[in-house]
Amino acid sequence: MIFSPDRPVQMRVYSVPSHLRVVRAAIEKVCELVDLDDAAAGRIVLSVDEALTNVIRHAYGEAEDKPIDVSIALVGEESDAALEIRLRDFGPPVDPSQIRGRDLADVRPGGLGVHIIQECMDVVEYRPAEGGGTLLVLRRALTGGQAGDGT
Amino acid sequence: MSDQTDPVRSVQWEGQTAVIAVQGDIDLTTSKGFQESSLAVLARRPQRVVVDLSGVPYMDSSGIASLVKLLSRARRQDTAVVLAALNDRTRGLLEITRLDTVFEIRPTVKEALAQP
Repeated sequence: MIFSPDRPVQMRVYSVPSHLRVVRAAIEKVCELVDLDDAAAGRIVLSVDEALTNVIRHAYGEAEDKPIDVSIALVGEESDAALEIRLRDFGPPVDPSQIRGRDLADVRPGGLGVHIIQECMDVVEYRPAEGGGTLLVLRRALTGGQAGDGT
Repeated sequence: MSDQTDPVRSVQWEGQTAVIAVQGDIDLTTSKGFQESSLAVLARRPQRVVVDLSGVPYMDSSGIASLVKLLSRARRQDTAVVLAALNDRTRGLLEITRLDTVFEIRPTVKEALAQP
C-alpha cells in the first residue's frame, strides 16, 4: 500500500510562512493519489495549513528558524482506511484542554484555525512529543468521514 | 528574510465603486499585504468595494481575517463590501466559518457591479 505507516511521506519544513505552500502542495498530491474528491482534499489541506499556522504563531512566536516535522500516511484497512497527518513541533508543551475554537457568532478577525481543523478532520489529537514539543495527529477517513462536507 | 508579498494585482474604479483584483493565494505569506492594500483603498471612501477573487485558488483563515477586518472597517464608514467570483474551496471556507451569511457574495464581478 502506498503511504503505509511504515512508508510514510516525511519532510521537515521550517516555520517560514512560504514553507506552508510546499506542505499544501504535498498534501494535495497525496490526496489526488488516494482518490479523495476535491472537497475532501480541500478540507484536509486547509486543516494542515491552519495547524501549521498555529505552530508558527503560538509554539514558535513567529520565529522563522524552527523545525516542524510532517508525516503523511494511510492508516487502517478498507472501510476504516484514513489519511493521517502528523505534525511535530519542538516548542513549549501545550495543554490540549486549552485548545478550543471560539464563538463564531462573534464576527471578528482571527481565532478561527482551531474551529476549522475540528470541523474538517475526524480525529484531532494533541500529544506530548517524545523529547519535547507537541505531536498533532490529524486523521480523516477516506470514505464516510464525519467531518463537515458529507464525504 | 521576510517573504511577505502583496497579492493585489489591480484596483479599478467604476464610479464610486472600487474593484480590487487579487491574484494568487491569500495565506500567511500574503494576507498582510492584502489587508494593507485593501484598507488603503477603503481610505479613499468608495461607496462600495468589490473584491474580485476569481484569481485566488486558495485562502486560509488569515485571509478570512483580512476580509473581516475590511468589512468591519467598511461598515463604520457606510461602505459596502462585496466578494465576487469565489471558487468552491473559498466559498466552503466561508461556510465552515459561518461567514457566508455575513458577507455579500456574488458569482461574478459583473453581477456585483450590476447591483444598485
